[in-house]
Amino acid sequence: MTTAVADGWTMTRRNMIHVIRAPEELILYFTLPIMFVLVFGYVFGSGMQVPGGGSYREFLLPGVFVMTMLYGLGATATGVALDLSRGVVDRFRSMPMARSALMTGRSAADLLRALLEMSTLLACGLLVGWQWRLGVGKALLAVGLLLLLRVAITWVGIYLALLVRNPDTVGVIVFPAAFPFTAISNVFVSPELMPSFIGAISEWNPLSATVAAIRELFGNPGLGGDSWPAEHAMLLAVLWPVLLIATFAPLAVRRYRRLSR
Amino acid sequence: MTTFEVVAEGLGKRYGPTRALDTFDLNVPAGTVYGLLGPNGAGKTTAVRILATLLRFDAGRATVAGYDVLRQPDEVRARIGLTGQYAAVDEILSGRQNLELFGRLFRLGRREARQRAGELLERFGLDEAASRSAGEYSGGMRRRLDLAASLIRTPRVLFLDEPTTGLDPRSRNQVWDLVRSLVAEGTTVLLTTQYLEEADQLANRISVIDAGRVVAEGSPDELKSMTGGDRVEVMVRDAADLHQAARVVEPICGAEPELDPESRRLSVPVPDRVAGLVHVVRALDDAGIAVEDVSLRRATLDEAFLYLTGHRPDEAREPVGAGRKVDVA
Repeated sequence: MTTAVADGWTMTRRNMIHVIRAPEELILYFTLPIMFVLVFGYVFGSGMQVPGGGSYREFLLPGVFVMTMLYGLGATATGVALDLSRGVVDRFRSMPMARSALMTGRSAADLLRALLEMSTLLACGLLVGWQWRLGVGKALLAVGLLLLLRVAITWVGIYLALLVRNPDTVGVIVFPAAFPFTAISNVFVSPELMPSFIGAISEWNPLSATVAAIRELFGNPGLGGDSWPAEHAMLLAVLWPVLLIATFAPLAVRRYRRLSR
Repeated sequence: MTTFEVVAEGLGKRYGPTRALDTFDLNVPAGTVYGLLGPNGAGKTTAVRILATLLRFDAGRATVAGYDVLRQPDEVRARIGLTGQYAAVDEILSGRQNLELFGRLFRLGRREARQRAGELLERFGLDEAASRSAGEYSGGMRRRLDLAASLIRTPRVLFLDEPTTGLDPRSRNQVWDLVRSLVAEGTTVLLTTQYLEEADQLANRISVIDAGRVVAEGSPDELKSMTGGDRVEVMVRDAADLHQAARVVEPICGAEPELDPESRRLSVPVPDRVAGLVHVVRALDDAGIAVEDVSLRRATLDEAFLYLTGHRPDEAREPVGAGRKVDVA
């Protein structure tokens, strides 16, 4: 157990060194959400409505926070797929290290990365007029929910990489696979304003649960109507990620073991 | 008594209907370089991956450094090094950071890991490039870094899977020198290669594998002598005479000569060296064939390979059973 923690930490440090030595990737992942804030907040934003009134940019920012967590999927999946394709994983597997370290190290490093991304994004948010209105405690709780979602997404990403293996393929499929989850959700538009069928899908989207929950915790506008998922956003924002972790972590571990077949 | 550092008995590995390994046997004596020689797809890499605990097998048993590969994989992993066909290093990390990372994972303390990384970088001529990303290294440097990573804790058994594939001659010689010095320090090396020269240069013993089976086993000299040992090579003056020369030589040597019209040469195994040579020269003279050059030489490993497997090592594998099974005591 102690070796699992020590090896996991060694692998976490390895992945953090990647961020320091090759910051281009991190910068790419920063530019994307900032671009969305600018495009949606300033270009399309004037035509957007927020149910119950309020600033669209203040409505948008929690959605962009969640979107950033989702796009971390790309970093996780390509990182793991690169290791697999370059034989580094074979070296790790031929060494007397804890088998879990590769995945726990990746997960922990991605969490640290997400923390870095979040603090930068919160600062950017403040610059464009977003704010938390209900105190630091609730704001921190919201950040906690975001990081929980990121952990869930990390495990989806690890599984995806083990399934697809080829880093180029992973790079190509991640964004088209992730984009519908942000489009058909409450990230940009309130589901109340969508056709009822799509609105219902949007409300049950795991991302929407976290978005709705953090809007509530930050005291931002656009709290969704009176549907069940909208009223239980806080519960779902915990349940969905936990469910995803409980599904994808064992799947990833099983896939990892199957490398020796 | 010889101790064997790597033992495989009747290993079998299937992928669907394909048998990647089929009753594969191997005994690698301690302190030697052992070559696995075979064409692409013969099962060399499968064998190494199984012995390095990366791959499960369906039949047989295997021990490495005295430990059962299946039941005591961690004991095995603590005593082996592996350098595969792809340089398995982290391309973003610097050379030094790579070695420190692997050192930590090999349970070295922080200071020990740093010190060991420094030693290895110096030994492998990488100290000047130590802080550059491994991704910027040349092919040869990367392979050296990869080898260094396999040696963090001087392994009892080192697996080298085609360690010089894709390297220029100079880098290849460096790798060979490193292998020799490791063996001098007591490491046992299991090497796979498609290059006969490499096996000839480095290996004390060789197993020739084809279609997942060992088709021959012995020292390089033993393998060469399996083809009938010595060969007579004749160069005729006039290329038109080559076929007739072959007809004359064949009954004397009891084997069909190989012809190379381009260089006007024929080459054939000869049973009793000098007497055979005299016979050949006399018969050609009687037949009125003008001869430019005659020589007697040992068979090359290349010819041994062709004889044993029915094809050259760099050609795709023929249907199973094309080769001849040869037993050597």
